[in-house]
Amino acid sequence: MFSGETPVFQQLAAQIADDIVAGVYPEETAVPSATDFAAFHRMNPATASKGVNLLVELGALYKQRGVGMFVATGARELLKKVRRDEFRAHFLRPLLDEARVLGITRDDLHQLIDEEERDKP
Amino acid sequence: MTNAIEIQSVSRAYGGSKALDGVSLSVPEGSILGLLGRNGAGKTTFMSLVAGQDRPSSGYVEVFGERPYEHESVLSQVIFVRDNQRYPDRYDLKDVLRIAPVYAPNWSTEVAAELIDGLRIPDRTPIKKFSRGQLSAVAIVLGLASRAPVTLLDEPYLGLDVTARRFFHDVLLRDYTAHPRTIVLSTHLVEESEALFDRVVILDHGRVRLDVASEEIPEQAFVLSGPSEAVDRLASNRVVLASHTVPGLTSATILGAPDTGLRSEAGRRGAQVSSVSLQELVAAFGADVVEPALLEGARA
Repeated sequence: MFSGETPVFQQLAAQIADDIVAGVYPEETAVPSATDFAAFHRMNPATASKGVNLLVELGALYKQRGVGMFVATGARELLKKVRRDEFRAHFLRPLLDEARVLGITRDDLHQLIDEEERDKP
Repeated sequence: MTNAIEIQSVSRAYGGSKALDGVSLSVPEGSILGLLGRNGAGKTTFMSLVAGQDRPSSGYVEVFGERPYEHESVLSQVIFVRDNQRYPDRYDLKDVLRIAPVYAPNWSTEVAAELIDGLRIPDRTPIKKFSRGQLSAVAIVLGLASRAPVTLLDEPYLGLDVTARRFFHDVLLRDYTAHPRTIVLSTHLVEESEALFDRVVILDHGRVRLDVASEEIPEQAFVLSGPSEAVDRLASNRVVLASHTVPGLTSATILGAPDTGLRSEAGRRGAQVSSVSLQELVAAFGADVVEPALLEGARA
């Protein structure tokens, strides 16, 4: 499930964040507890807590004492903004590097993007 | 955080060879430590010392601040089942379940019953007729149902099928969460168990090669691969843990994190920089054969 590329707690945080953006966990609803995530992914509970707390620090989740962990209002927008900031580094840069290796010009690339979007099933 | 286990400058020699050689490490209370390394690296010796079944030749071992060897109050807080644990000839499962709670003040009958059921341990067969996997299953019952403050699990997976291994992980995590304790688990099944660990220690030739928190693993080493000439050049004045060469191509596992300078130079020379998994790291620390040229470079 999780690979060795980045620390497991970051991968868990990224996965929960993806689920919030995708609407799996709507705002102001509960997410599973760190203990539940730990049991589900068969990971160390401290690692799972670290992952969940990353999203608490970011303001995407908040703890309600004795009740559980909830998705904050505005969490979706907040996480989308984080992902937009990462978009250039994670997608655009590799795309442009690969295009250069293959000799695909900027104009070709624009055209490819338009075609891909038009032919999308 | 206080340490459940503390060992300082410990060596253990058997005849001429040192099973442990100047080992210092501490295990924080309530954490799960992965103890990794090749056969003969010193993992079982470490556990024997912590369990008070053996004494260090030099240095000291402390469990909750006290020496475990022949120390009753410490020993009752430790469970250690060797991977080659022997049982009296006539023993069957019932005998083990009758004796074990005598030495384990926190013994849980429920956990034992759940594990026996889930691991499908036969209850009428003499233990001496058990298969490797069934012996491992008995060791897991003793290890987890004891709920000992210090739980030492030595290669708990030997011969266990994949369903049993998952079941073991589930019960381990659930019972550890409900009843926190300090766990040291040695294994060769690195990928399967790495998510359990708070910390990881890699031993080789009786020495600690790595002792880090799990989240620090990705920055411990990286792999450089590509044309041999490029890799050799980039690897010079770096510590090469292991390398693999075919004519013209080399892949080297290098200690440390790759900096941006190295990344861009690798790019220019047609070499790739990739991250290292814990499993690869364990393999690299256990490797003896290092390309002489790379080793020279690392020492220069």
